[in-house]
Amino acid sequence: MKLVFERSRAGRGTQYLPENDVPRRLPKAQLREKKLHLASLPETEVDRHYTELAKQTHGVNDGFYPLGSCTMKYNPQINEEMAALPGFTKIHPLQDADTVEGCREVCDTLEKYLCEITGMDAVSLQPAAGAHGEFTGLLLIKAYHRERGDVKRTKIIVPDSAHGTNPASAAMAGFDVVSIASDDQGCVDLESLKAAVGEDTAGLMLTNPNTVGLFDPNILEITRIVHEAGGLCYYDGANLNAVMGIARPGDMGFDVIHVNLHKTFSTPHGGGGPGSGPSGCKAFLAKYLPGKGAEGSIGDVRSFGGNFLVAVKALAYILSIGREGIPAAAENAVLNANYMKEKLKDIYPLAYDRTCMHEFVICLEELKHQTDVSALDIAKAMLDHGIHPPTMYFPLIVHEALMVEPTETETKETLDEAVRIFRDIYDEAVKNPEAMHEKPLHTPVRRPDEVLAARSPVIRYAFED
Amino acid sequence: MNFPKELKYTKTHEWIRFEDDNTAYIGITDYAQDQLGDLVFANLPEEGDELTAGEAFADVESVKAVSDVLSPVSGTVSEVNEELADEPQKMNEAPYDAWFVKAAEITETEDLMTAEEYEAFIAEGR
Repeated sequence: MKLVFERSRAGRGTQYLPENDVPRRLPKAQLREKKLHLASLPETEVDRHYTELAKQTHGVNDGFYPLGSCTMKYNPQINEEMAALPGFTKIHPLQDADTVEGCREVCDTLEKYLCEITGMDAVSLQPAAGAHGEFTGLLLIKAYHRERGDVKRTKIIVPDSAHGTNPASAAMAGFDVVSIASDDQGCVDLESLKAAVGEDTAGLMLTNPNTVGLFDPNILEITRIVHEAGGLCYYDGANLNAVMGIARPGDMGFDVIHVNLHKTFSTPHGGGGPGSGPSGCKAFLAKYLPGKGAEGSIGDVRSFGGNFLVAVKALAYILSIGREGIPAAAENAVLNANYMKEKLKDIYPLAYDRTCMHEFVICLEELKHQTDVSALDIAKAMLDHGIHPPTMYFPLIVHEALMVEPTETETKETLDEAVRIFRDIYDEAVKNPEAMHEKPLHTPVRRPDEVLAARSPVIRYAFED
Repeated sequence: MNFPKELKYTKTHEWIRFEDDNTAYIGITDYAQDQLGDLVFANLPEEGDELTAGEAFADVESVKAVSDVLSPVSGTVSEVNEELADEPQKMNEAPYDAWFVKAAEITETEDLMTAEEYEAFIAEGR
């Protein structure tokens, strides 16, 4: 398709505003030297451009989207309707507080519910996404040790199965990262943990269930070991969807958490977001939270109240499914994942053959070895069937990994159809391995050259002048 | 797969070529580049940085993942192959020419394998 700049013709723009008749008084040094490149198109063309772009994407509303660790659940329309109410959209963060009490109540109520669901005592809605929430939580841990004068605690322990954002956030927050091995069940190896903790331990970062979709049965022992060494425990809420309303990070021994409203609480993801990654903590850390104006706070991590309309959508979700709906969603997420796992495991080898939580990990190392068909080839083939592929090559401890998370918002018929497609693709891979390297055949773009894109990225349009 | 006899190898798939007892070139093996796939970026140390045997001194990025490159020796970085930053494909095309750093003032060396031992080590892992 043509880019918007290629559709552009000088003088064809849609003009709604009159010519500017205010004298320009900016000093020359403040003015741009070159004219700004803006595409010039009639509104029809603009609309068609974006509709064409939309047709080339795959979203939850197009089809099955089992992208592991991302919880691509359905985003209910009622959330959008609530977030579009003028009382939420026609406001300004600097208007008098007594004119936005309803908005304040939305934030306070959501914070209260998030505390209840996670077992924390206080929450800040400021962090704008998951990794931002991690960074914020780690700054709380840092502030806590610093205030106690315990400045030798410079290390954050992260299991080798962790999300890549964990070590990255820890490094950004100025910690050294210590990676510890997983045991043969994909869980934290207690001996490695015991050997890693000490006087320099600032904390441990963990997801539970972890990145292979398993609930760590030693969780109480793990948090006890870290606490006894003087460290704090950080819960990455990426996988909260599997346990919400059933088990609480606060009861597992965690001191600081973040949750992803755009995963667990049904608000849109990615380009359609924005996201929101509220940070929560136990009472003894509450004064460090951002956005509360408390003495001792680490300071703001984002402007005003964070991505407020995302908070409105998350609250709409919680209120519409209610106290009974929260654990029911978690139970169905786990049920759907186990259903698919059992229907596939005779041909798709599992990395860990146990009852899983909300997701499971397939290991295609043997298929790769025998046929040279990789996890990437299988994933690409799914695109031809209108399925967004599972997460690939993650976690790093499983080779040729495919990580499948169906979520609770899919019907049995959708799961059965996906199982059939997964099985057909596997059969084709065995019968005709060569053809798999050519997949997909029917998408608008076939196989982008990922290597070329990474080595020589073209990240902006090359204008002629 | 190619494992030149004049090189020594680590269990973490780096090669080392000693110029004399105190200086050596370090890179990643043919097996390493094959496992990692097409490499798209190399994060290199700076001249004068210290090397510690068994610890990461660089990392490489493929489309799939980022991996640490561990130093087989303790010493100092005396030269850096900046070419790899611009042309990461050299690590795939000619892994034994694509040295990362030249190490000097070597004080300590990890347990290293000969080409035959390394080849056997890889065969065993499969």
